[in-house]
Amino acid sequence: MIIKINTYFLLLICQLVAFNVAAISNEEKGLEIAIEADRRDNGFGDSTADMTMELRNKQGDSSVRHIRIKTLEVVGDGDKSMSIFDQPADVKGTAFLTFSHAIKADEQWMYLPSIKRVKRINSKNKSGPFMGSEFAFEDIASQEIEKYTYKYLRDENLNGIDCFVIERIPAYKHSGYTRQVSWINKAEYRPEKIMFYDRKNTLLKTLTYSGYQKYLDKYWRADELLMKNHQNEKSTILQWSNYKFKNGLKDKDFSRNSLKRAK
Amino acid sequence: MKLFFYFLFLLLILLSSTVRAFELSGNISLQARHFFDEPLDQNQHRHYNSFAIEPEFYHAWDGDQQSLNFTAFYRYDQHDDERTHADIRELSWLKVFNDWELTVGLSKVFWGVTESQHLVDIINQTDQVENTDGEDKLGQPMIRFSTEQDWGLVDFFILPGFRERTFSGIEGRPRFEVPAGLVFDADAASYESADEENHVDYAIRWMGFFDEIELGLSYFTGTGREPESFLINGITLAPHYVLIEQIGIDIQAIIRDWTWKLESINRKSTTQTYNALTGGFEYTLYGILDSQTDLGIVIEYLYDDRDELATSPFQNDLTTAFRLALNDSQSSEVLIGIISDLDDSTVAGFIEASRRLGDKFKLTLEAKLFKNTIISRPLYNFRQDNHLQADIAWYF
Repeated sequence: MIIKINTYFLLLICQLVAFNVAAISNEEKGLEIAIEADRRDNGFGDSTADMTMELRNKQGDSSVRHIRIKTLEVVGDGDKSMSIFDQPADVKGTAFLTFSHAIKADEQWMYLPSIKRVKRINSKNKSGPFMGSEFAFEDIASQEIEKYTYKYLRDENLNGIDCFVIERIPAYKHSGYTRQVSWINKAEYRPEKIMFYDRKNTLLKTLTYSGYQKYLDKYWRADELLMKNHQNEKSTILQWSNYKFKNGLKDKDFSRNSLKRAK
Repeated sequence: MKLFFYFLFLLLILLSSTVRAFELSGNISLQARHFFDEPLDQNQHRHYNSFAIEPEFYHAWDGDQQSLNFTAFYRYDQHDDERTHADIRELSWLKVFNDWELTVGLSKVFWGVTESQHLVDIINQTDQVENTDGEDKLGQPMIRFSTEQDWGLVDFFILPGFRERTFSGIEGRPRFEVPAGLVFDADAASYESADEENHVDYAIRWMGFFDEIELGLSYFTGTGREPESFLINGITLAPHYVLIEQIGIDIQAIIRDWTWKLESINRKSTTQTYNALTGGFEYTLYGILDSQTDLGIVIEYLYDDRDELATSPFQNDLTTAFRLALNDSQSSEVLIGIISDLDDSTVAGFIEASRRLGDKFKLTLEAKLFKNTIISRPLYNFRQDNHLQADIAWYF
C-alpha cells in the first residue's frame, strides 16, 4: 500500500516536472481527478449537519431515521466523525464514533445508551448495511484517496453535466465491491453518480447526488443522496440540512468521553 | 448519603431556574412472564404480568458543555411486592472543562468488554429483580472526574453512599430458595463497615488505546456490591455486605477478523481473597448465505478460583452463543446460547430476540432454561424456573 502511494505521488511529480508529457495513462488520469477532487474539499475544518434517512422497501413502505453528524477534518489522515441517532425512538442516543484512516483500518466505536456501554466495532464489517439501510459502512466512511485505485474511463454528459467517468477499485480489505464507477462533475470535481458492483461484479446499487449547494464559497455538499439497490429493489434516501462549517470543533469533541455524552 | 441527596436537590432547584426547556423521552412497557413448571414454593406463581415506565429528562446548555440528566424508573408487578419498585437511574449534572469533565449526582457507568458476565463492572449495584442477567443497574451517587489524554483515559470516582441489591419477594420468581423456618429480608442487610450504607467508596480506572488493542485497569475500595454471605438473625435471613478491594483488568484485541476479550478480577475481603476470569472471542460472519444477515459467534470461558465455594454459578463454565443480526429496517436480532458447567452436567440456556414494530414500538422475547442443576450449586435454586418473557415497549 505504502509503495503504491509513493508510486502515485512520484508519478504525479514526474508529470508536474515534465510538463509536456505526451500521454498519461488512464490510471494516472483517474488518480489525478481523485486528487483534484480531494484538494478542492481541503480546509473545511469541521462541519455539523442533520440527516434524515428514509428506508423504502419494494412495496413502498418506508421508515425514517434522524441522525446528527459532526465531522472533523484531520490533516494528513482520515477524518473523524460522530453520528448520533435521534430516531427511531428506541435507539435514541445511540452514537457512532469513527476515526477513518488512509492506510490502516478505520477505528469505530458504538455507544449503547441503555447500558452505557462503549463497544469497539471490528473494522471487518465494511460491507454490512448501516442501520438497516442500503448504505454500507464503507459507503458512509470518509473517502480517502488511498482507499482506492483509479482508472479514467471516458468523458460523458450526464443529464446535461459534463463528467469524467472513472472506475475505482477498493484497495482496503473486506469491501463488498469489486469496483465502483463514478461520474465526476468536470467543472466542480464533485460526484454526481456512483454505480457499485458486487463481489460477483454484478451491478448492485446506484447512488445519485442532487441539490448541490456551495458552502463557505468553496465546499459543495449535496442535499439529497439516493441509493437504489437493483438486486432487492429497496432504496435509501439521505436528506441533509443545517450544514454548518468551522464550528471550532476539536479532537476532544471526538473522544470516547464525548461519545458517552453525545445525546 | 442524606447530605448528598440534599445537595442534589439544591443543585436541581438552582439549575432548574436557568433551564428553560427539558427534552423528554423514555418508554413505557408491558411485560408477561410465564413459568413452564410448578414453583418450588406455593407462594410463587406460574404467570406474572407487570408494567414499567422510564421517563428521561435531558437538558444541555453552555454550548453542550453542561447538561442535566434525570431518568426515573418504576415497575409494578402483579404478584411480587419487591419487584414493584422505583429507582432514580440518573440525576446528574455534567460539566465539561478543557481537559477534563465532572459528573455529580446519581449516574450509571459501565466497565468491561466480555458478553456472558461483567466481572470488572463494579460501580453500580445490580437491580436483580429486573433481570437475573445482571445487566440492569441502580443509580449510584457519585462524583466523577474524567480526563482523556494521549496516554489514555482516566476516571476517578468518589462514591458517597451504597445501594443495596434488590431481591425478589416471597411471591417473586425466579428467586433463591429460603430455608424452611426463615424469612428473607433484603432490607435487614448488615454491613462490615460501621458507617453501613454511608461508607464512602473510591474507584479509579485507566484505559489505554493502542490501535487494535484496548486495555483497562481498575481499582475499587469500599463496600462490595455483591453480598459476601447471608446471615441469620433470629428467623431473618439477610444479605451481609463486606468491605473489599478489587483490582480489575480488561483487554480487548482485534486480531484480523477476531475480537478477543478478557476480563479478570482479584477481590480481597477480610474473610476471603479470590480471582475470577472471563475470556474468549467473538467472530462474525458478515452477510451469510448472500443475505444481509450477520452471524456472530461468541465463545467465552468463565472461571472462579473459589471453585465449589463460589457465590457465582460460573466457576468453570463455557459460554457458546450465536448472535443473528438481520440488519433489516426493524433491527431484528436474536441471541441464543448456553452456559455449560465443565465440572458437572449443569446447563443454562438463554434466548433473547427483539424487533422494532413501526417506529415507536419494540417487541422483546426472552427465555431462560436451566437443566441438570446440581444440588450444591447456585443454579439449583432455579431448577423449576424455566421461563419465557415477552415485553412490548412504546418509546416516546
